[in-house]
Amino acid sequence: MARRWTNTLTAADVTPKAAFLNRRQIMAGLGGMAGLAGMGALPGAAQADELEPNSWEDVTTYCNYYEFGTGKGDPAEYAGQLTTSPWSVKIDGMVERPGDYDFQQILGEMTLEERIYRFRCVEAWSMVVPWTGFELADLLALAGVQAEAKYVAFETLYRPSEMPGTAYRVLDWPYREGLRLDEAMHPLTLMATGIFGKDLPNQNGAPLRLVVPWKYGFKSIKSIVRITLTDEEPPTSWNMANAREYGFYSNVNPEVSHPRWSQATERRIGSGLFASRQETLMFNGYEAEVASMYEGMDLAQNF
Amino acid sequence: MIDRLNQGLRKVPIWLLYLLGDLYPGWLLYLGLTGGLGPDPVKALEHALGEAALQLLILGLAVTPLRRFLGLNLLKFRRSVGVLAFTYVALHLLVWLLLDVQILSQVFNDIIKRPYITIGMVGFALMLPLALTSNNLSLRRLGAARWRRLHLLTYPAVLLAALHFVMLVKGFQIEPLIYLSVVLFLLLCRIRVVG
Ligand code: HEM
Repeated sequence: MARRWTNTLTAADVTPKAAFLNRRQIMAGLGGMAGLAGMGALPGAAQADELEPNSWEDVTTYCNYYEFGTGKGDPAEYAGQLTTSPWSVKIDGMVERPGDYDFQQILGEMTLEERIYRFRCVEAWSMVVPWTGFELADLLALAGVQAEAKYVAFETLYRPSEMPGTAYRVLDWPYREGLRLDEAMHPLTLMATGIFGKDLPNQNGAPLRLVVPWKYGFKSIKSIVRITLTDEEPPTSWNMANAREYGFYSNVNPEVSHPRWSQATERRIGSGLFASRQETLMFNGYEAEVASMYEGMDLAQNF
Repeated sequence: MIDRLNQGLRKVPIWLLYLLGDLYPGWLLYLGLTGGLGPDPVKALEHALGEAALQLLILGLAVTPLRRFLGLNLLKFRRSVGVLAFTYVALHLLVWLLLDVQILSQVFNDIIKRPYITIGMVGFALMLPLALTSNNLSLRRLGAARWRRLHLLTYPAVLLAALHFVMLVKGFQIEPLIYLSVVLFLLLCRIRVVG
């Protein structure tokens, strides 16, 4: 069932400034729909103010996709050669209908919608991206999640012939990520297939990537070829590389700093040389929607 | 070949090096202001200055081995290379302070709590007396022997700078390790010569 987290924005709203007022009203309405009558504490209007999407240029030339190199411009430079069609996603583990799901076939089953989300990188920079996609929950429903499943593991394509960055073992390829099942089923959790109303460019994770807007960007794994339902916390690439710096949860949290830098503030990409840093919001501004999933958990321990 | 190169180099005035060296940060700033440094000009500026500083420090370190093993004489430029390297590090630090971190309390926190920043700062601190004494007056006041001994501080400074680079990248990356290897190699050359 699509449209649980209703977002009525269209590509037209992505035009900077023009749709500004409109968007503000939509955001306010949206908060209400999510069952948050008392928006007083939540900076709802302030959020809307900030949610001016970055430019196409920013989003498609400033990327972290280490399979194509560690420089921010490397993915845009080298990902063009990636073959993304045909594409299939193996869904296996604790599911009713395991198998290879053809990307086009998946698209046929899903209803695409647009979501404008804040995107916060663990490196303390941020953007606002207008995604197109469908909820991960809908894809998981397609495969049928078994009752004992507790986690979802994801894998990125590993194809050295088209991915020059994999010549170096910057990470233990293939790239792996994971979510707890409730996080995966959350209506904010998106499988994106496009940005700005167009198909995803390769450097942004074509043809299919995860977007978990309340977590640091590296959780939003790109170019997914495998989804596995399990009952154990799956290993995840950055956590494997450096467990002290990158936790399994990696929720955006201004109070828990990365060992090498503070997470209290962020640089908004595209705002120029002299822009001020902005305060980082708890759960990247999606606290009202997601905080209940972590009730009773020590977020400094489970970072 | 080398002789001709040395002869040619002898004609290059030092002020030209200073001029070019000062134009580069200006050019970067211009690019940053006009969108030429991409979507994140602050990091691009910070990185470009840090990398240029490290390259100049390495060049300074290479002067003696280059002369010894290849006969290439860059001695006359060494001091200005060092002064330029220091200038770049100072600008690198300024970009970090004013454009990147911006918040004073966070600046102090970072210097104390984040080892790669601490190490960078120590490197900068070691270079400070070198920059201040890089003039003929200081050389005369200190006397050549003491001046040279003071300037041995370049070795730990360059080593710390290279370590700083290794420590700040995410994952396992080759580039900073190459820089560190070059620095270690040059330091080994120097230690043999000094010892
Ligand atoms: C000793 C002289 C120093 C040298 C040669 C140096 C060199 C470098 C180099 C080569 C880089 C990486 C550039 C790249 O990724 O391309 C870098 C990054 C950086 N340096 Fe330095 N540095 C020095 C001192 C300092 C000091 C004193 C500070 C601040 C207190 C500092 C703060 C930084 C920061 C914040 C970064 C960027 C980290 C990031 O990517 O977020 N550095 N430096």
